[in-house]
Amino acid sequence: MKLRRLAISEEGFIFDPETGNSYTVNETGLFILEKLRQDLSPEEIARLLSQEYEVSPEEARRDLEDFLEVLTRYGLWKEPR
Amino acid sequence: MKKPYQKPSIIKLQVGLLRDKKSGLLRMVRREIDGVPVKDLVRRFGSPLFVFSEKRLRDQFRYLRRLFESHYPRVELSWSYKTNYLDAICRIFHQEGASAEVVSDFEYHKARRLGVPGENIIFNGPYKPREILKQAVLEGARINVDSLDEILDLEEIARETGQKIRIGLRINMDTGIYPRWDRFGFNLESGEVLSVARRIAAGDRLEVAGLHCHQGTFILDPEAYARAAEKLLRLTRKLEEEFGWNIEYLDLGGGFPSRSRPKGLYLPPEVGIPPLSEYAERIARSLLLGTMARDYPLLILEIGRALVDEAGFLITTVRSAKRLADGRRAYVLDAGVNLLFTAFWYHFRIEIERELPGPPEPCILYGPLCMNIDVVEENAWLPPLPRGTHLILSPVGAYNLTQWMQFITYRPRVVLIGESGQVEVIREAETLEDVVHRERIPEHLR
Ligand SMILES: Cc1ncc(COP(=O)(O)O)c(C=O)c1O
Repeated sequence: MKLRRLAISEEGFIFDPETGNSYTVNETGLFILEKLRQDLSPEEIARLLSQEYEVSPEEARRDLEDFLEVLTRYGLWKEPR
Repeated sequence: MKKPYQKPSIIKLQVGLLRDKKSGLLRMVRREIDGVPVKDLVRRFGSPLFVFSEKRLRDQFRYLRRLFESHYPRVELSWSYKTNYLDAICRIFHQEGASAEVVSDFEYHKARRLGVPGENIIFNGPYKPREILKQAVLEGARINVDSLDEILDLEEIARETGQKIRIGLRINMDTGIYPRWDRFGFNLESGEVLSVARRIAAGDRLEVAGLHCHQGTFILDPEAYARAAEKLLRLTRKLEEEFGWNIEYLDLGGGFPSRSRPKGLYLPPEVGIPPLSEYAERIARSLLLGTMARDYPLLILEIGRALVDEAGFLITTVRSAKRLADGRRAYVLDAGVNLLFTAFWYHFRIEIERELPGPPEPCILYGPLCMNIDVVEENAWLPPLPRGTHLILSPVGAYNLTQWMQFITYRPRVVLIGESGQVEVIREAETLEDVVHRERIPEHLR
């Protein structure tokens, strides 16, 4: 899985060795990436987000979907079938 | 305890994009307008909401008057109605001593209704209906003529009233700027002006008392005004010698820029737009150099945009957030090009009513209309905006409240923040009744 190959720094700097592209993520973005790398499902990640942060499960779910869509567009993540 | 939440975001880095991020961010928050919290304004008056600052209106008028008067001895500032003819706004400028510059029967009526006497009205425009033209003559307005046909109308009115009418001629000329507005008035270089002058002199019912030249709007070259002033002075001498007229005023029109950012101007306004003092200096220098000390002509300026633009703000609210197919964020606002006609030509300053967490990302701001053209800003950099966030767009004081359209939805309230901080509605929100009360349903459709 592509996510595992990414170099991710603690400050949220990301380097994709395959394409040479780099990215920055914020704290919650980093949180999500880490959980994805641990193969957690989007449902679980949204639940963890709302446990860890001041956000309702619904809003976390919506924001997560939005975030995953961006990852997909950047070619960093694919929805598992 | 749970940690504060930021919407997750990831941004692809491109060379150059991270420059200047911090300074950009600091300028992005606006909690209040003239000390009144944006939140309170929305709570009391709704969103979207146009907000005008009386203080800014008066300060800008006084600044411009002082500026021009400190460079030239005889100046009249006229308020160009078409830029924003809300009663309250016009009142403020008239209180400050502005005359009224109008270009139609409607605007003429509006100025008279506000108590402006005819002699304090400048009547311009390519079509002045016969009836209002006669009223303007009888009330002693300054009339700047646009065409030969208008001269014929005025000669007829002079016959009817038995008086000789003093007029101004609108002149168009090459001042080195593009586009050249040569559809208005009479052309200088082609000799049209002189032949028209001969025609007027031969008719012996009219007398030329002034020359007028409005070159365009948002003119970025102060030198263009200097050239216009020089050419008008030369023309003055020629007309006075040849026809014995006394040219009392030179009206250089408006066109001075505000601190807005026209599309296609890539520098920020602070750098790309010359200060108004440069315009005043160039104009005054040309006039002083070209005139004998004893007969300085009256310099008239018909200022619109530069007086009112920066006094106006539009508060709008994010109503939904989207992700476009190319990955960009997009927001649907409750104000679109129906209210912001100038969005087609200018980039607004976009401020958020409070600090929001998260890095700025490229995003698009759409209005609420179901039309593809309804884009308020195609390339904004904003942190992720939660639904309900208020944005403050500026400057929006010029041309939006006259060219806005009743299209698809209602037009919102306009408020004025007075000098002591009180907030007053100067135009109520539109209602269904306002929109339909002029409609008639024919009998067979009832
Ligand atoms: C004759 C005339 N005078 C003055 C103005 C005001 O121009 P601005 O708002 O650029 O100052 C206009 C605007 O079109 C105009 O047509």
